[in-house]
Amino acid sequence: MTAHSPLAAGPSTRRRRSSSIGFRVFTYTALVLILGPAVWILLGVLGRALGHWRWSVLWTPLTTEGGGLRDQILGTLLLMAGVFILAGTVGVLAGIHLSELAKPRKSGKRSGGFLRTCSDILSGFPSIVLGYVGYTALVVGLHWGYSFLAAVIIVSIMVVPYIAKTTENSLRQVPTGYREGAEALGMTMGYSLRKVVLKSALPGIVTGLLLALAIAGGETAPLIYTAGFANKLPHSLTHASFPYLTYVVFSFYDSPNPQYHYLAYDAALILVVIVLLLLVASRMIVSRTQRHAEGARTRTRTPRRPRRPEPTGEPLDLVDLHR
Amino acid sequence: MTSVGGAAGSVPAAPPGRPVPRDSPFRKIGNWARANEEHGWRWTARVAVLLPFAALVFAVAVLAVKAWPAIRVNGWYFLYGKNWTYGQSYGATVHTDGVAHAAGSQFGAWPIILGTIQSSVIAIIVAVPLSIGAAFALTERLPGWVSRPLGLAIEILAGIPSVVIGLWGLLTFGPWLAKHIYPIIANIAGHLPNVWPFNYFRGPVDTGQGLLTAGLVLGMMIIPIIASTTRDLFLQVPPLPKEGGEALGMTHWEVANRITLPWVRSGIIGATVLGLGRALGETIAVVMVGGASLHIASNIYAPFGTIAATILTQLDGALTDGTGFAIATLAELALVLAVISVAVNFAARWIVARTSRIGAPVGGQ
Repeated sequence: MTAHSPLAAGPSTRRRRSSSIGFRVFTYTALVLILGPAVWILLGVLGRALGHWRWSVLWTPLTTEGGGLRDQILGTLLLMAGVFILAGTVGVLAGIHLSELAKPRKSGKRSGGFLRTCSDILSGFPSIVLGYVGYTALVVGLHWGYSFLAAVIIVSIMVVPYIAKTTENSLRQVPTGYREGAEALGMTMGYSLRKVVLKSALPGIVTGLLLALAIAGGETAPLIYTAGFANKLPHSLTHASFPYLTYVVFSFYDSPNPQYHYLAYDAALILVVIVLLLLVASRMIVSRTQRHAEGARTRTRTPRRPRRPEPTGEPLDLVDLHR
Repeated sequence: MTSVGGAAGSVPAAPPGRPVPRDSPFRKIGNWARANEEHGWRWTARVAVLLPFAALVFAVAVLAVKAWPAIRVNGWYFLYGKNWTYGQSYGATVHTDGVAHAAGSQFGAWPIILGTIQSSVIAIIVAVPLSIGAAFALTERLPGWVSRPLGLAIEILAGIPSVVIGLWGLLTFGPWLAKHIYPIIANIAGHLPNVWPFNYFRGPVDTGQGLLTAGLVLGMMIIPIIASTTRDLFLQVPPLPKEGGEALGMTHWEVANRITLPWVRSGIIGATVLGLGRALGETIAVVMVGGASLHIASNIYAPFGTIAATILTQLDGALTDGTGFAIATLAELALVLAVISVAVNFAARWIVARTSRIGAPVGGQ
């Protein structure tokens, strides 16, 4: 493997022992240094918000004196719903195309290479750049003004590559036998896609969608450029600024009104709760389906009972019969 | 299958209820839909897969068209200049190459380009060793019932919105660092010779809003990407070579250094570059923690700006320019940022794709 001869004199035993201990200490320190801030953030958000938490924040509207965050919460949820509908449809269909429908190349390469590359490039775009594009093209160019529609379109463009990728990956994990079985039963291609392939890939797709929603709900920079900010929910899709939670966190913490500081902390807590709920939901879907999936990759090292070997046409091993 | 009631199978019983005539419009629509379902899937999916492509072309076109006048007028000064002024908003409009801009306006983006590089480098320096160490602890040391919840905690860190991390960095983490950690570093640097790498660490340490704090916060934000990828890579290393190493009497460190790490090195590099892409594009946390300055940070604790942060913070300033030239300059910034991060992303993919094909060095599954 390396140029070292096994017979060459290596480092002394003492050095080897100390480097091993040092390495062990380093790994645990690294783990603590990573998890410490995560816990610190969560406790910090909780501590700042719970000191003067009142439930009425959830259902009173925002006023100049203070009030609550009703419209901001609804706005974030509506935004997520809009992204779910728009980016969900486009992303899932794009994933289906890349995995199932694109014709394989003659050279045997994976199909849809160019379109997949486009999707990858798009996923590399920083969100603020997409926000600027939305501002120039939709807010100013189409005269929509700061609006819900512009925000939904831009955030959707942001998460579509992600949804397409997760959909494609979970479709690829559907065993080929399912598709062949469906075809052998005489199902049309569309019917088998709907009833067999998509059905077994659904948990993976839903997980991707939930994580995309978490990204959408926590996004700030492109929304400042496209949605503006408002105290109240507007009645139209365009020509009206739109309320959402992340802006409250971003700008209220140093407002002269102390009530607004509390609102910023409350908004941070609500955001974290929404995102954590989405993460937990996606985790539950993954673990539930992994438990039932056939041949699921298990992280534990516990030895599993070996499965009966596939019939290969060879004579049975006698050991097998005596099990 | 519905049961065939009573009859011996040769004559199918009439279905209960009103029989649907053969030429009923419902049945016709149903048949048509069934016959054309595949077409429906194909065409909607084809349209859907073209939309990201269209969005990409659209975004690049918008940026290029918007930025073109700025690229022509700013020239190379944009990349090396240090001065960012909007000029006299109410003064005379000047025309250069037929492009109108405010008199005395100058747009040199070098300070924020440098700030972007500096903060990303700090983030990588912090994140990569910690991620690798933590991934080792999670996969090689701790039992499954400990490491699984801890891995989940890292994923939760990835999900916390960046604005919340920014608020924490601004109100809690930054002041804490400025009070307890930075004075120590500045003190040590004060005793070292006053030359380039050391004098950058000398005080004053300010309030904690600045380059080092932003770099640390960015590092925290990219740690989940690198750590979870590294953990998954370590799990893919087959146990046989590692066990072989231990059977030869290698210590844990030697197994890690000579067997596990070389096995997954390319994947770690790819994950690192992916994290770098995220750090380059992060906006809101840098705006809150970094101090949103347009000048080069005088020391490592001083306020600074990145390209992404400047695009956000300078929107209001740019809108005061009646000629629209400042907005065009922001488009040029966005274009530069997009080019950099797309290049970084592709480098990551290329590294991973190139090296993952080579496959396992020894043993195999």
